[in-house]
Amino acid sequence: MALSVQPNDKQGQIETWQGAVEELRGLVSDRALTGETLLLNMGPHHPSTHGVLRLLLELDGEEIVTCLPDVGFLHTGIEKNIESKQYEKAVTLTDRMDYLAPMSNNTVFSMAVEKLLGLDVPPRAQVIRVICLELSRIASHLVWLGTHALDMGAMSTFLYCFRERELILDMFEILGGQRMMTSYIRPGGVWRDLPEEFLPALQHFVDIFPRRIDDYEALLVNNPIWRDRTEGIGVVEPEEALALGMTGPTLRASGVNWDIRKAQPYSGYENYIFDVPLGEHGDVYDRFYVRMVEFRESLKIIQQAMKNIPGGPFRSENRKYVPPPRAELGRSMEAVIHHFKLWTEGFSAPDEEVYVAIESPRGEIGCYLHGTGGTKPRRVHFKTPSFMHISALGKIAQGHMIADLVGIIGSVDIVLGDSDR
Amino acid sequence: MQIATAADPVELLKASMPDAIVYVKQFADETTIVVPREQVVAVLKFMRDTNGLLYNFLSDISAVDYYPDPPTEQRPERFGVSYHLYSLLYNRRVRVKTFAPEDDPNIPTATGVWPAANWLEREIWDMMGIYFEGHPDPRRVLMPADWDGHPHRRDTPLGYETVMFSFNVDEILKHKPSAAEGRTTD
Amino acid sequence: MGIISSKLGNLGVVTTTLETAVNWGRTGAMWPLLFGLACCAIEMMATQASDYDLSRFGMELNRASPRQSDLMIVAGRVTRKMAPVVRQLYDQMASPRYVLAMGDCASCGGVYNNYAVVQGVDEIIPVDVYVAGCPPRPEQLIHGILTLHERVKGEHFSQWITGQER
Repeated sequence: MALSVQPNDKQGQIETWQGAVEELRGLVSDRALTGETLLLNMGPHHPSTHGVLRLLLELDGEEIVTCLPDVGFLHTGIEKNIESKQYEKAVTLTDRMDYLAPMSNNTVFSMAVEKLLGLDVPPRAQVIRVICLELSRIASHLVWLGTHALDMGAMSTFLYCFRERELILDMFEILGGQRMMTSYIRPGGVWRDLPEEFLPALQHFVDIFPRRIDDYEALLVNNPIWRDRTEGIGVVEPEEALALGMTGPTLRASGVNWDIRKAQPYSGYENYIFDVPLGEHGDVYDRFYVRMVEFRESLKIIQQAMKNIPGGPFRSENRKYVPPPRAELGRSMEAVIHHFKLWTEGFSAPDEEVYVAIESPRGEIGCYLHGTGGTKPRRVHFKTPSFMHISALGKIAQGHMIADLVGIIGSVDIVLGDSDR
Repeated sequence: MQIATAADPVELLKASMPDAIVYVKQFADETTIVVPREQVVAVLKFMRDTNGLLYNFLSDISAVDYYPDPPTEQRPERFGVSYHLYSLLYNRRVRVKTFAPEDDPNIPTATGVWPAANWLEREIWDMMGIYFEGHPDPRRVLMPADWDGHPHRRDTPLGYETVMFSFNVDEILKHKPSAAEGRTTD
Repeated sequence: MGIISSKLGNLGVVTTTLETAVNWGRTGAMWPLLFGLACCAIEMMATQASDYDLSRFGMELNRASPRQSDLMIVAGRVTRKMAPVVRQLYDQMASPRYVLAMGDCASCGGVYNNYAVVQGVDEIIPVDVYVAGCPPRPEQLIHGILTLHERVKGEHFSQWITGQER
């Protein structure tokens, strides 16, 4: 395939790799078509660790006139793949969408299945889910902080953040056997009960983490270089942010008070006392600072949840939909029959549609699930926050310089697996 | 200034746009309002702007393909498109649903109401083949620009490839010359 | 270290073959291309960061430019849209170049057997080492890299001359 730029015999048209410049008429300003501004291709492979994102920039000198994001380089067809799997087995595929916070994806899909079936979740499972979700949030924000600081030139933060992340990944390994893609949260509850090594490890983490957050804050929050590079950059007004579909910390940095954990609480979030940080200016610094405060708030929630984990079953007792725990298989004939049916054929869900949204570390992740009446779903659609944020990136980046663009991409916290699914 | 109390969207719609509602469905505490596709944009604007409703956030636009089920009274066409709306003030959600036929899958675009609909509708065009009239940028977003077909339709196959085991390795490598070129073991 | 013999007592001179010396140089500082695609990239970053440090194997820097790197760790699922990009990057690397397919998706398509994912990156580029896992633990990746080092240490002079070196 022609990979180099060559003029062909069409008058005035140059063939580039992904289509002629003429195709961009209407998307970029008219000055690009005459060559007054420069069309620069940034990506899909570029030294910013956010994944395979391609940005087509129209530059007037150093200033960005138009920014056209091009995604799809990580589109895996997860939604169509789930249509050919039973509901319980599809949970493993959802892990791999937003790979920095896999528990959130599991939770939103499990909650959609539970809403479709009318399945209950016992209180113990709800508390365990909250602990997992908040640990996931801290782990995701650690990677965000490390890579954002790395892009802006602060490399030591990257190493510190990944050191803490190792502690969290060890805890996930204790729970689910795998560091990242645990598939621990399933419809009806969680996969297995808390092993006895988990709570001491969690206690150790909760003890040492506040001092570490102080370290990160000491490095960046009042750093004059950091403030110069981030204040006043990428400002988004609240109404514009809502109209563009932004959610999560990116929206709260503009001052809009919307956190799904407070507005429409799920999995027992109404029982915990925590604050929701809001920003004022909607610039890169506010988006950064909102997430820094969220570290401490998540830690608060974990401490409250740890103190009173209720006893009882760790998954729903409804054996029509939820497989029995292994220990029961040796004692009860019905348990063996249910186990057999659920793992070979699976359960059937009604021919209805539901929509469930939760607060992932990036924003509102929503799962639209439509059953068939059979054992496999008719349609699963995930509304992922990174998809909306990348589409908003084009508007936010206008008028800034390329060096600022790196900061803006980092502050919006996109994950390409989340956006492309 | 007084903030209006929350009103029932179905009641207000019936009062001001009575021919816009085909039927209303309730399932698992969710309300779905089915509207004809020509009136979708008017209904969405009504939901966004009316005092008492103020659904000012577009959460999601999802498309469903009902192939190969035959059309029923509840699902008259092949494609269904759902707009999930959320009201920050009254803290509640609603779904506005419309149907598009197989031979003419066109729906007017909602980008005039919320710019967030831009990429969501592009994805539906890319994956399901439902065209949104008046869309400012109708290109594919997730698949390569020269891809043929719409992957999420139910009649498009998954694209499953035969898994390579030792008994069929030679046959599979006949179809994949570049995989055979780099192999150092048999 | 290969074939080393020390003559001349404590003059501090060792002798070895040319192959051993060149291969030792190549394994000692093999610079990876900064190429992470999906979830395996996060584990690759974790391997590079504290706790499992890749700098002790000479891979301190990730070069962003393919022309300056030796090793391409394909970390993550390669989709059909990304495949020409992978091939273009591989073509730009100067030999000696090595490819390590990290994770199940890069080795064989992984969990995804569908229209969008290339079933194994070896359909596009020749691969030296496959590391299994979804995602592989950092220790697994380091084992894969050390296996690659073993392979490089076994390379022969004749391969360089006849152009079999990739």
